[in-house]
Amino acid sequence: MTSERAEDPVRGADSASSIDAAELAKFEAMAARWWDPAGPMAPLHAMNPVRLDWMLPWLRSLAGEARPDADPGRPLGGLRVLDVGCGGGLVAEPLARLGAAVTGIDPSAEVIAAARAHAAQAGLAVDYQARTAEALAASGAVFDAVLALEVVEHVEDRPAFLCTLAALVRPGGLVLLSTLNRTARSFALAVVGAEWVLGWLPRGTHDWRRFPRPEELSGWLAAAGLRPLGTTGFVFHPLRGAWHLSEEDLSVNYAIAARRDG
Amino acid sequence: MDNPALAPHLLDMARISARPAPPAGPDRTPEVFDAIVAGGGLTGTALALALGRGGLRVALVEPAGTGRRDDGRAYALALASVRMLRALGAWPAAQAEPIQRILVADGRPGEAPSPLHLAFDAGEIEEGPMGHMIEDAPLREAVETALAGLPEVRRIAGAVVSHRAGPAGLSARLGDGRMLEARVLVGADGRRSPTARQAGIGRIERPYGQTAVTASLVHERPHGGTAHQLFLPGGPVAVLPLPGNRSSLVWSERSARAATLMRMEEAEFLEALRAVLGGFLGRLGPAGPRSAFPLGLSLAEAFTAPRVALAGDAARAVHPVAGQGLNAGLRDVAALAEVLTEAAARGEDIGAEAVLGRYARWRRFDSALLAVATDGFNRLFSNDWGPLRLVRDLGMAAVGRMGPLRRAFIREAAGLTGELPRLMR
Repeated sequence: MTSERAEDPVRGADSASSIDAAELAKFEAMAARWWDPAGPMAPLHAMNPVRLDWMLPWLRSLAGEARPDADPGRPLGGLRVLDVGCGGGLVAEPLARLGAAVTGIDPSAEVIAAARAHAAQAGLAVDYQARTAEALAASGAVFDAVLALEVVEHVEDRPAFLCTLAALVRPGGLVLLSTLNRTARSFALAVVGAEWVLGWLPRGTHDWRRFPRPEELSGWLAAAGLRPLGTTGFVFHPLRGAWHLSEEDLSVNYAIAARRDG
Repeated sequence: MDNPALAPHLLDMARISARPAPPAGPDRTPEVFDAIVAGGGLTGTALALALGRGGLRVALVEPAGTGRRDDGRAYALALASVRMLRALGAWPAAQAEPIQRILVADGRPGEAPSPLHLAFDAGEIEEGPMGHMIEDAPLREAVETALAGLPEVRRIAGAVVSHRAGPAGLSARLGDGRMLEARVLVGADGRRSPTARQAGIGRIERPYGQTAVTASLVHERPHGGTAHQLFLPGGPVAVLPLPGNRSSLVWSERSARAATLMRMEEAEFLEALRAVLGGFLGRLGPAGPRSAFPLGLSLAEAFTAPRVALAGDAARAVHPVAGQGLNAGLRDVAALAEVLTEAAARGEDIGAEAVLGRYARWRRFDSALLAVATDGFNRLFSNDWGPLRLVRDLGMAAVGRMGPLRRAFIREAAGLTGELPRLMR
């Protein structure tokens, strides 16, 4: 960590940070252009519809359990959702628009500033905070659902991170994760293809050795008291330039839903 | 473009639901919708219908004179288009005439049509008739009836004269000074699209120097559900089956010759027509009132601008040689309705660049291909140069012999190729 960050009053208490400093610096450099669909976050913009299509049935079922008489225009009305590593708010804003009370956290103050500015322009209320999941958990905050999308592959101590997420979700609530699998195919597509050949992402965005296999992730989730409910693949179709969901193909991008029992 | 002043009015727009469109407010209070559709033609009304059915609140702004046509025009609707209209509850099946086969011939005035005919038969694809002929009046009426039962769509007589796109939405000013706000404005306002002009979208225009003369023709013998397309040096002539012993005539000619055709007395016109068609339909006439449409390619340089999307002829107007004009417009409608209603369901801003970009990518390739294909098709068949005529005769004979290729042509004509929007499947 640089001295500048250590002095940041917003994050002064974040001593037990799970985020690798070098990883963080890479994304801070991208913050300003986060919302440009043709900008450096273009791959996330392209994948965003399938991420939402995957998570919305989970979130709707959770909201329906809590408030079966919700306004059909705001199907997530009243649901408390935490988006860990929210970035510029690509997921936080749509969930807020559907009625969820969204808290978005990201350790980068610059990214949070960009996210706040965008939500204000869009007229959306999202509670953005520049802090880590560990700091938020220490404050005792609890949510109906906790999201960590494209985050675990950038985290150093994955089992500890998942225990933190478990502490942030209420009993009966959901933890929703998406990440990259560690396969030859993901190395070819996500690292060689996306970073080296297509130039979609800056080189070094991903460290392939940190990509968790689904069975590894399921094991860490179970150890953290989170019961895996199902795994879904996000598959890119190069000719159509679009993503779709797949129950079978988990070889590159995939997502997992888990419930905190008890 | 950045206009924070817009935001307060748009705070409430986060709520996309099946609520009825708001009632008319006092003159200067902006009315808020999810989408504004500019243009009251078939593309615009079908789009308003599809978006309203998808639960979006829509303002359909219809300039005077864009309603029902009384010029006897008819459309050759591909199977995919018919499926979509059926799904929207706006298909007047009883007044439609199925196209059972298409006969294509090459001819020169004063000669019998070229013996090498290319016949496409509905029996060759499993989906049934490759399309239907429908006249403007019953189609328009069916769409009107479906719209009348849809509280999500509010119809506003007038025109959008200017618009401003901001980070949270778009405001549009009507000719009478009224203001509307929405997340997205769709220009379905024809080949001279004022919406495209207001959004700074340029156009590529290419006049063909040809004019289509149209009429609704009565004839003695039944047409048997056959559509005839005859390629002449001056341009293609299409005779398309309507209910009863009637056909829709679309006669494309060099503009000077078309003007002559328009000036002719009925008897003289029928005589000229008989010289071209021959006697397969028996005695011809009456042909009723004729209309003239100057032909030309008109392509918008972009399908979208900030918070603006173009659909139908506003996006691309092609030569009507293959009857693809309204079919392409309805494909735009189906694709745009799918993109926007899906985006709304996932809580996305339906006017965001990321969302409109999905529509543009989906439709742009199809459209450029269609424009080039129909343009090239017409040029090839409108040339009387000897070797070219031989090449196309041989080409037609070759296509006629090859089964898989023929089926591909038929499926293309039926609009069943490419990635179909859900409404068309």
